[in-house]
Amino acid sequence: MPAAEAIVPSPALLAVEGVTKRFAGVTALNDVSLEVRPGEILGLLGENGAGKSTLLKILSGVMPPSSGRIVFDGVEFNPHNPQDAKRLGIVTIYQELSLIPTLTVAENIFIGRAPLGRFGLVSWRKMEVDSRAIIARVGLDLDPATPVSALSVAEQQLVEIARALSLKSRLIIMDEPTSALTETEVQKLMSIMGRLRKDGVAIMFVTHRLEEASAICDRMTVLRDGRLAGHLDRDKGPSGGPIKLPKIIEKMVGRAASELYARPTLRDVAGDVRLSVRGLRTVRDPQAPHAIVLEGVDLDLKAGEILGVAGLVGSGRTELARAIFGADRIAAGTITLDGKTIAPETPADAIALGIGLVPEDRKHQAIFAALGILTNFSIAALGRYSNAAGFMAERREREALASYRKTLSIRMASPEQPIEGLSGGNQQKVILARWLARDPKVLIVDEPTRGVDVGAKAEVHQILVQLAGRGIAIMMISSELPEVLAVSDRIVTMRRGRITGEMPGIEATEEKLMELMALDQTQEATQ
Amino acid sequence: MTSTTEQSERSGINVARLLMSFGPLMFLALLIVVFTVLKPSFIDPINIFNIMRQISITGLIALGMTFVILTAGIDLSVGSLLAFCGMVAAVVAKGGTANTLSLSTAGTQGYGWFAALLAAVVVGALAGGVQGFAITRLKVPPFVVTLGGLTVFRGLTLTISNGGPISGFDASMRWFGTGLIGPVPVPAIIFAAAAILCHIVLRYTRYGRAVYAVGGNAEAARLSGLRVDRILISVYVIVGFFAGLAAFVLSARLNSSEAVAGIGYELTVISAVVIGGTSLFGGIGSVGGTVVGAALIGVLQNGLQFNNVSSYTQSIVIGLILILAVAFDRWLKSRVRR
Repeated sequence: MPAAEAIVPSPALLAVEGVTKRFAGVTALNDVSLEVRPGEILGLLGENGAGKSTLLKILSGVMPPSSGRIVFDGVEFNPHNPQDAKRLGIVTIYQELSLIPTLTVAENIFIGRAPLGRFGLVSWRKMEVDSRAIIARVGLDLDPATPVSALSVAEQQLVEIARALSLKSRLIIMDEPTSALTETEVQKLMSIMGRLRKDGVAIMFVTHRLEEASAICDRMTVLRDGRLAGHLDRDKGPSGGPIKLPKIIEKMVGRAASELYARPTLRDVAGDVRLSVRGLRTVRDPQAPHAIVLEGVDLDLKAGEILGVAGLVGSGRTELARAIFGADRIAAGTITLDGKTIAPETPADAIALGIGLVPEDRKHQAIFAALGILTNFSIAALGRYSNAAGFMAERREREALASYRKTLSIRMASPEQPIEGLSGGNQQKVILARWLARDPKVLIVDEPTRGVDVGAKAEVHQILVQLAGRGIAIMMISSELPEVLAVSDRIVTMRRGRITGEMPGIEATEEKLMELMALDQTQEATQ
Repeated sequence: MTSTTEQSERSGINVARLLMSFGPLMFLALLIVVFTVLKPSFIDPINIFNIMRQISITGLIALGMTFVILTAGIDLSVGSLLAFCGMVAAVVAKGGTANTLSLSTAGTQGYGWFAALLAAVVVGALAGGVQGFAITRLKVPPFVVTLGGLTVFRGLTLTISNGGPISGFDASMRWFGTGLIGPVPVPAIIFAAAAILCHIVLRYTRYGRAVYAVGGNAEAARLSGLRVDRILISVYVIVGFFAGLAAFVLSARLNSSEAVAGIGYELTVISAVVIGGTSLFGGIGSVGGTVVGAALIGVLQNGLQFNNVSSYTQSIVIGLILILAVAFDRWLKSRVRR
C-alpha cells in the first residue's frame, strides 16, 4: 500500500453538515453531521426514534432539512423530490421495495427509459441483453423476462440494487435490507455489498442488526434521540478488525433514562397465571415464505402484570400476539387462559374469551378512518351497547364514551367526528377505550406508542399501568427499549421467532436487553 | 390568534360537510324548480306520483345496493336477477309457464300473490347468498362473481320462460303494481316503507354499525371481532331480496314477467347509490342519499321527457351527471381533508 493514500484520506462523496429537522414542536434531527467516502460502507445505526428515517427521507429527497447543508460530490445537494435525488446519484432502497410486481425484471430496470430501436419502438432485444449484464453485476442469474412477482424478497432487492447501478448511482442507501432475508440470503447480500465497495460504490447501510453491521461496515455513525451519538471506525492497522459490538451498544443506548419515561413505582404483582403459552409453533405461510415463524414459544402472563416483549422488527413478537389472538394459524402448542385450554380460531373467538389486541399498524388494522369516534370506540362491544332486538342503545354508548373521554383524557370535538381527524395519541386512546369497554382479562398492546407524540406517550404508559392495577394481564410489545423498561414488571426478549431471555423489569438494562434481542445466542449456534 | 384560525377552519369544514350531506338534495330541488319553470304542469301531483312510481323499482334495488356498496362491494347481477325472480313469481302465481293472458282468474291453478311474492324474495335472497358465498369463501372479487351472475340469471330466466313473457295475473297481485292508496301509488308506498326500514337498520342497529365497519376497514373489523364473511354474505342476500321484491312489483305493474326485464338496471341502480353520496370504496353513505339519488335520476328522466328531450339525449345527460356528482364529491372531500 502506498503511504500517500493513508495520509490523505479520500475526500468525502457525501457530507452532511449540521443538519437539523424540526416538525411542529418536535426536533427529529438535531445538528447531525456525517460523511460517506467513495468505496466504503457506512453503517447508520440507532434505536427506533433515533432519527435514522428522518435523515433517510432528507437524503432521498422526500423532504428538505430545516437547517444545515448537504454536499454531494463537491456540490450542494438540495433535491426537490425523490426523482431528483436519484438523478443526482443517490438511490435509496427501502424495506418496502419499489419494483412493479407485474412487470418483468428487465422492464423494471429500464422503467421510463427503455432502449429504443428502429422507428422509435422499444428494442426488447437490447433491453434483455443489457439487463442480463446489469443483473450479473449483483450476482443474479435469472431470465430478465421473469415477472418480479415471481422473485423472492432477496432477489427483488438485488434487482433494485442492479437498477440503481445502471442509473450510475454513486451512493446506495439501504434501509434495513436484511430484515426480511434468511441467513444465507444475508450472506449473499453482504458479499455483493463487498464487491460493490471494490468497484468504488459508496453504500450507507441502515440497520438494527449489530453483528451484520459489525461484519461489513468500514465505519459507523450512531444516532441517538435525533443527535449524533458518535462515529466508530474499523480498527486501523494491517489486521483491520471489525468494530466491536459492546462499543456499538454503548453508543446506541448510552444515555440517562429520559425523564419522560419515569418509571412508575414498582407494583406488587402477585397475581395468578392468567395466560399461559407452551410450545407455540406457527406454520410457514406459502403466501409469505419469508415471514417469521414461531418456534417453541413458552410464556406466562400473570393477572395484573405488564409483561414487556422486546424484540426487533422481524423477531416474531407481532406474530406471537396474532397467534394468541386467533388472527394467525397455530401449528402446535397450547394456550391456556385461567387454567383452561383455549384454541381461538378467529379474533372473534379470542375476544369472546376476554382477550383484546391493540394492533401494531393503527391505520390499517385498528381504526376505521372515515367513521366517527363513537363507532370506532364501540365496534368490539356492539353487543354491550345494544338491546336483544339488535338496536343500538346509543345513550348508553355515548355515556360510556364520555366517561372514557374523561378518564383517558381523549381530546376530541364530538363523538361523530371522523377518527382520522384526531392525533395519533388520541386515536390510540380511543382504541384502548374500545378494549376497555369489554373488560378484557388479557390485553395485548403491540407498539402502543408508535406514531404517538412524546406527551401522549407518557399518558398511554400511565393508562397501561392503571389497567394492570385493575388486574388486567397486559402484554406489551415494543421495539423501544426505554418504553419497555419504563412500564414492564417483567421482560422477555425475542429473536427470530424464539424467546431468548427473561428478566424482572427492575434488573433489566438497555444493554442486557439489546444483547438478548440482537445477538445470536450460544444455544442457537449449537443447534 | 390560533384559536380564531382554528375556528374559521372548523366552520369551513362544516360548510363543506354540509354540502357533502345535502349537495344531492339541493341539486334535486334545483332540478324540480327548473323543470317547473319550463313547464308548470311538471309539479302536478299526477306527475309527481308518476315519478314516484317510476323510481320505485330501481329505487328498491338501490336500497339493497347501498348495503353492498357500503361494504366496498358491487352487484352487477341485479337486472338479470330481477328478471329471474319475476319469472319465478309468475310461474308460482300462474301455477305454470303457460303464457295465457286469461282475463278471468277462475280457471287458473296458481298459488296466489302471496306465494308469488314469497317465491320472488326467497329466490332473490338465495341467489344473493350464493354470490356472497363465492365472494367470501372462494375469494372471487364481487365484480367478477356478479358479472357471472348477470349472465347466469339471464340464462336461467330465458330457460324457464322459453324466451317469452308470462303474462296475466289476478287483480289482487296487479294491485301491488297499479293500485293506489288514496292518491299514492302502491309501489311508491312499498319503496318508502322499505327505505325507512333500511334507514333504521343502517342507522340504529348493531348490524348497521357492522356494515359500515366492514366497509370502512375490513381488517380492523376482523380484529375487532366482527364476523366479516357473514356480514359480506348478508349484504348480497339483502340486495337479492330487494331484487326479488322489485321483480314482484314490476310484474304486478306490467301484468307480465318479461324475460328481457331489467336489462341495464344495474347501471341505473349503481348510479342512484353513487349520486346519493355512497362511496364505492365503502364505509361512507346513507339510505337517505340513495333515495335522493334515485329521485334525482327519476326527476331528470321525467323532466327531460316532459320537455320532449329524446331518450338518447337523456342517457347522455344522466351519464354526465353521474360523473359530475362523483367529481364534486371528490372535490369536497379534498377540501375537508385539507
